[in-house]
Amino acid sequence: MICCLATVLLKCILYQRGRAAFAVVVTLALAGCLPARAQDTRLTIVKIADGIYVHFGNVALTTPGNAGDIANLGIVVGHDAVAVIDTGGSVAVGKALLAAVRGVTALPLRYVINTHEHPDHVFGNAALAGPGVTFVGHHNLPASLRAHGPFYLHSFRPALGDAAIGQVRLIPPALLVDGSKELDLGGRKLLLTAWPPAHSDCDLTVLDEQAHFLFAGDLVFLDHVPVIDGSLNGWLSLLPRLAALPADRVLPGHGQRIAPWPQALDDERRYLLSIQADARRMIAAGTPLAEAVPFIGRSERGRWQLFDDYNPRNATAAFSELEWE
Amino acid sequence: MQTINSPAAWFSRLSPGRRRFLLAFTGGILATSGGKAAPADADPWPALAGQIFPGKTLQDGSALLAIDAPYRAEDAAVVPVTLRTILPADDHRQVRSITLVIDANPSPLAAVFTLAPGSGIDRIATRVRVDDYTNIHAVAELSDGTLWAAARFVKASGGCSAPALKPVAGDIPIGTLRFRLFPAGEDGRREAQVMVRHPNYSGMQMDQISRLYIPADFVQTLTVRQGDDLLLTIAGGISISENPSFRFSFRPNGGKSFRVEGADSTGKRFSGTFPVDSAA
Ligand SMILES: [Zn+2]
Repeated sequence: MICCLATVLLKCILYQRGRAAFAVVVTLALAGCLPARAQDTRLTIVKIADGIYVHFGNVALTTPGNAGDIANLGIVVGHDAVAVIDTGGSVAVGKALLAAVRGVTALPLRYVINTHEHPDHVFGNAALAGPGVTFVGHHNLPASLRAHGPFYLHSFRPALGDAAIGQVRLIPPALLVDGSKELDLGGRKLLLTAWPPAHSDCDLTVLDEQAHFLFAGDLVFLDHVPVIDGSLNGWLSLLPRLAALPADRVLPGHGQRIAPWPQALDDERRYLLSIQADARRMIAAGTPLAEAVPFIGRSERGRWQLFDDYNPRNATAAFSELEWE
Repeated sequence: MQTINSPAAWFSRLSPGRRRFLLAFTGGILATSGGKAAPADADPWPALAGQIFPGKTLQDGSALLAIDAPYRAEDAAVVPVTLRTILPADDHRQVRSITLVIDANPSPLAAVFTLAPGSGIDRIATRVRVDDYTNIHAVAELSDGTLWAAARFVKASGGCSAPALKPVAGDIPIGTLRFRLFPAGEDGRREAQVMVRHPNYSGMQMDQISRLYIPADFVQTLTVRQGDDLLLTIAGGISISENPSFRFSFRPNGGKSFRVEGADSTGKRFSGTFPVDSAA
């Protein structure tokens, strides 16, 4: 518990130093480490602008200790209602997110927006379900959850523990986005855009049009190595279109900072291009997959956290995709 | 005990009930299943070996057969496996076939590679799905009829139900073949790679639109000829990864082209002829 509090305080200092102009830590009422006393726990959130709050997940793999609190989450408060963007990697995180919402407003929660299907973004959904709440996602998301959900529940059981997995309910969106859609929270509009396969095959971004603030989901990684589970070439071809979104700042899906837009894409673009170039070179040279993987993206090692956890998988995915070019 | 010596036969042996059980297992909804399931720590290999090679003795082949595979697979749906045979120079027997078994997979018999006499094949690399922590076994049959087994342990899970590659616009038609030749090694052998564009549906992936499990549809046979000579025959099953890839060494016979013919489990046929010069 002491370690948790220390971490929170440290984060708080960092944000105040780095972003004194707008970063105000509004909630420090962390009663204990997740998930032990989740009901009492509010997620630490940071106020980014009027009515916009974010939570920075740990840059880490899911463990029972962090309860899947590894993805960044958002809260947007309008005059009439509230939307949350992603729900965290367990019901405990989802409950703590709801508690954080209740800490800043009494307005009803109207929309739960899932940026894509990955467990660290949707496993908290059950905590936010209720009367008047509409789940929103990419038009591919319901099918993706049906297709991959059982696999995620199975494969995350060791990482989360039986009790936490037992609470998870896979709740597909009722409101689907194909192309783009606007949500109105009363005096505040959110522009949702559904994208072709890139990070996953159901990536959705959320743009606060008034604050020019972008919730990018996992289409943007900062500091945490990008993860390719859709299409490398698709992702790279999407970057110019993403960059054209009229935003000033972005919350990445992973990485504990807000960054200017579209410069926030620079590191990720460099990483993806390096993976693409290395894989193409290895394929052209006739290097077999198993021998090529350690060399793909190698120059990026040291620039990213969790590199060794994800880069070999990215390299495998890139090789498999690009050898058919 | 029933003999099951082809990957396709193994797949068709899976009863709907067994498939449902496997699906449930894959989904983490582990139901107790009529007492037939062995304890998790029981070694399935003795029973598997008995079914695949009934009445035969398997000798320790660790000196003449090597399996290269990562101890911990990065992507359970694409686990690179390389089989290498090493017969002493004064041993005049040849390797007749190599059988690849992934013990813990729903359909354990992954592939049978039949090597034509004189082909010079001493190395075959492919990519497999691995559904759990498992031993991978390779069994080489030599020209004197003896069988030699080697094993390697791999940590991976979820490969058989792992999502298929995402559909991308302008995708390449199913059954498209690619063939590549690689430069000669010191011993005069060359390497070739046959790639088949094919989802190799395991029957455990769900269609994203229809919400139904996709029926198994996998590359069942492939033959590779060098000129007029048969080089390699592959019988494959659902444990081979999507877009199957087989890379193997061989001894060039001067043939001017390679001919690849294949069929999948739905009867769809595909073939291609690849001149030696344009094959790379
Ligand atoms: Zn993700």
